[in-house]
Formats: sequence, structure tokens, C-alpha cells
Amino acid sequence: MTGTPTHTLARTARHSWVVTQRDLRHWVREPWGPIFGIAFSIMLLLVFGYLFGGAIALPGGGDYLPYLLPGMFALTMLFGIETTMAAVTTDSKRGITDRFRSLPMSSVAVPLGRAGADLANSAIALAVLMVGGLFVGWRIDGGAGQALLAVGLLLWLRFAMLWLGIYLGLTFRGEGSMAAVQVLVWPIGFLSNLFVAPETMPGWLAFLAQWNPVSATAAACRELFGNPTGITDGVLADHALLLALAWPAVLVAVLVPLSARAYRGLAR
Amino acid sequence: MPTTTPPPGPTAAVSARGLRKRYGDTVALDGFDLEVRAGTVHALLGPNGAGKSTAVHTLATLTRCDDGEATVAGHDVRREPHRVRAAIGLVGQAAALDEVLHGRENLVMFGRLHDLSIGEARARADELLVTFGLADAADRKVSTYSGGMRRRLDIACGLVLRPRVLFLDEPTTGLDPRARHEVWETVRRVVAAGTTVLLTTQYLDEADQLAHRITVMGAGRVIAEGTASELKGRLGGDRVIVTAAADVDLERLRAVLGGTADAERHQVSVEAGAAGGGAALSAAVRAMDSAGLAFDDVLLRRPTLDEVFLHLTEPSTSTSTSTTAPSTGGDR
Repeated sequence: MTGTPTHTLARTARHSWVVTQRDLRHWVREPWGPIFGIAFSIMLLLVFGYLFGGAIALPGGGDYLPYLLPGMFALTMLFGIETTMAAVTTDSKRGITDRFRSLPMSSVAVPLGRAGADLANSAIALAVLMVGGLFVGWRIDGGAGQALLAVGLLLWLRFAMLWLGIYLGLTFRGEGSMAAVQVLVWPIGFLSNLFVAPETMPGWLAFLAQWNPVSATAAACRELFGNPTGITDGVLADHALLLALAWPAVLVAVLVPLSARAYRGLAR
Repeated sequence: MPTTTPPPGPTAAVSARGLRKRYGDTVALDGFDLEVRAGTVHALLGPNGAGKSTAVHTLATLTRCDDGEATVAGHDVRREPHRVRAAIGLVGQAAALDEVLHGRENLVMFGRLHDLSIGEARARADELLVTFGLADAADRKVSTYSGGMRRRLDIACGLVLRPRVLFLDEPTTGLDPRARHEVWETVRRVVAAGTTVLLTTQYLDEADQLAHRITVMGAGRVIAEGTASELKGRLGGDRVIVTAAADVDLERLRAVLGGTADAERHQVSVEAGAAGGGAALSAAVRAMDSAGLAFDDVLLRRPTLDEVFLHLTEPSTSTSTSTTAPSTGGDR
């Protein structure tokens, strides 16, 4: 390592920014991936909001659609794993990751650059979904500050999912691993409070759903947006906000060093 | 002697001693030594799986070897990987380009990752685009480039910071002959500008064309090392190859000329020995004249690197049988 720590930190930030710009150019030049990602979320919103929604009752009362939307926001953040993982896998297959690795830069600069671009992408997806939600009858009944905090929590979840995607993309590069992740995000998404209130589930399922990291974010967002939570009891009744901050923090603390290690240790 | 590596000195751009690396049960490097003199092109020649890429990856700090020592541009690859990375360019087997970005954008990006300012990175990109004949395609997506253009841009990206050592891992694999010649020209220009080049290849003609010295690799270690002509010299230098007339008895011809007979081709092959190829050729013609043996063709040829390679990598094959290799195009 050369230079003072601050000098190194500034360099890493600059390198990350260069990589972020590169990744953002991809979205701009080839926007179909992100556009379909958003379209898919909107489709799910319509399916659950109108097709299944009428049959779903909430514990504690309240309409289903305003309950559903924060769940859809959190789901979109969860699905971000796929976007990130696909980009990371493509890069390492192409050999461009090897070139990055042969440059004198910090081992977190490239993943951090990826993080910047994916966060920007997710922020746009979230904005589109929120505006779409307002059209179908979702309302923000809390204050503006609380609503902003909710958006922050969602992006915080996305940030954690991003590192999961980076770690998975660097570690499992086989043909089937991408497909495996595409399938596995579904049970993780469903076994939560995103679509249905855990209190309507059998005991052990409810337990798992409550402790699902995405549930904490969705529950906290529902509270902050002033939407029905579907919660009358349990950990999320009192500690949703705390858990929504803590879960991603734990994931990031574990996954950043693991990703840096995987990046350094990549070898054909 | 070609097989002994010179002691490491200030002129060594790359130096490796006893590198070992295994992936599970596979031994990729098994005590690999290398010495590349500054300002030269050095080829690592070997079949697939010989350990060429692992050697390059180790020297470029992408892979950590299990044992052994290596310095690149005077810096230890294990203890000072950052300094090594600041002194090298790597052009890997797969084109390490961003397909969605334009050619210029790729160069600017790598320049900025090398801590050039935006202005400097742009200026350097323009310079490289002109040098590599890509100025017209600078503002097109790389995905629209031909194989040769891609490879040239790839090499240009490895040269953004005027590295002291450039690693080229199989730079022409998968290219058509024309694109391959473009890459060869590029490599010659790079070396003329003072960069040391270590390239891996499975193509003998490529090593023959480009490299000052060649290290032949097999099973993770060095099989032979030397200049192309030194390696060819190991097969006994020039040979005279006589194609006998159809009615001539090949055994009789062989008795007159010495050497080895190839019944299939109806040929006899004789080592030229110390007197040199020209003398051996006229001696053979005189001997055939006086013995009244007619011939269709007489050919003087040096062993090709292909023959040397096959000889070296298949230890069971004897020197004499290697002369049965096709005689066409072997008159280098």
C-alpha cells in the first residue's frame, strides 16, 4: 500500500466513482434489463393487489393495497440480488475483473463502484414503484421525514442485498448458480410479511417469516408510511425499526470482508 | 547453455525461482523458473494445461503461488503486489474490455483507474487510439468491433500507463491470420518503445516470429529455454532431404548417403553436420551422381520449432523419427 490512509481512502473513492460511472453507462445504453425489472414489480403489484388481494384479510384490520405496497418495495430490493450477481458474474467471465485486479487499486474499489451504480438503479426503480403505488390508491399517511426514513431503510436493505449479490457472483460462477439464486429469492420473498401477515401462518412458519430480514424492513416502512402493518403482536410489533437497521448492518459487516477476500482470491 | 538461466541482475524484468502452485489435486506449477531480460520479448510456449496462464497470473499478482519467489520490475510479487501492479499491464486470454462502452471510454476508464486525471486519461486515450489504428472506431461500442480490433484495443488498455512489463496471455488465440499479423505488429511496436513483453502462446510460429527467447513449458515446469535457433539446433541443425526417383531402391540410396529412410515418402534424410548445409547438399548430389542414383528433389531444411516442440514434449520420440515431419514449408 502506498500513501497515507486518507490518501488511500480518497483514491479508493475516486476509483469506485469511475467504476460507478461505467456501470451507470450500462444502464443508460442497455436499459431493457432495468426496465423489465421495474415492469415485473408492477406486474406483481397488480397480480397481488387486484387478483389475490380481495381474498387476503389483515390481522388488526386495514386495506390490503396499502399493506402490500411497502412489501413490494422491499421485494424489489430483495430481487436486486439477481441484478448485482448477474453483472458481477458477467464481468468475471469476460476477464475485465482480472484486469481490474491487475491494477494498483484497493480490493473494495470495484465492488464499491458496483454498489454505487446498483443503488442509483434501485432508487429509480423505487421511485417508479412509489409513483405507481400512488396511482392505485397507496397513500403516505406519515410525515415527510418518516417517509424519507422509510426510503432510506429500503435502500439500506438494498445495500445489504447488493453485497450478497457481489459475494455470490464472485464465489459461485457456475452456469447453474444464477438460476439457483433466481429460484431461491422466491421462497425468501414469500416466507415473510411482504404479501401476507405472518400471524395468519402456522406457528413455525410465522416464526421464520417474522425473523426474515426483509420482514423487518417492510414492517418498519409500513409504520413510517402510516400504512396498515398487519401486526398485533410479536418482535416486529415493537422492534421493527431497530431490526430494519440491524439486519442489513449484520449482513454488510459479514459480506464486505468476504467479498473483498473473494475478489482478491479469484483464480481460474 | 540455453537450459541454464542467467543469474538475476538489474537487467531482469521478470525473475521467478521455484514457483509452485496446486489447485486441489492438479499441480499447475511445479518448480517453475523464469528469467526475462528487460526490453525483450519472451515467449512461454506450451500445450494447454502446461501452466502458462498460472505462471502469468502469479507474476501479475492475480494468483498467489504456494511456494517460490518472483520479482517483476524489481518488486516482489508477494510482498509488494501494489508496486508490481503499478508497473505492469495485463492482457488476458479473454478480451478484458467493456463491450457496452466505446473504445475511447474503455481507455479513459483504465487511465483514470491508473490515477490519471480526466484530461490526462483522454489525451493518453487519443494517443493510443491513433497508435493502434482505432481512431475511426473510437466512439463506437466495443461490441461492434472485429476480433482483431478488439485485441488491439485490449492490448492498448494494457499499455495505458506505459508499463515496464506487459503480460500477454495467448494474444492471438482465436484470431484469423490477418488479425494475428496485426497483433504481431503491435507487439513489435510495444517492444520497440521499451516495454518488456512476456507472452504465452501455443503457436510455435508466433514464438518464432516474436520472441527473443523462448521457454518451453510442460506440466508446470521448464522443459527447455533458449532462442528459437538454439532450440532448433538441439535437433542437430540442417538436414538434407532427398526424394528418390520412383525406380530407385531406397535402401541402396540410404546406404550411399547415410541418415534415415522414410519409405512412405520415398525420402532419405541426412544430418548436415559441422560442415554446414550447403556442403552437405552438394556432397549428397555428387554421391548420388557417382552411384548412378536418380532423384526427384533435394531439399535443405532446418528443423522447425514444431519439430523441436514435439521432440521436447514427447520424450519417447527419438530425433531420427522427427525428420519424417512434412517437408513442405520447412525451409526456414
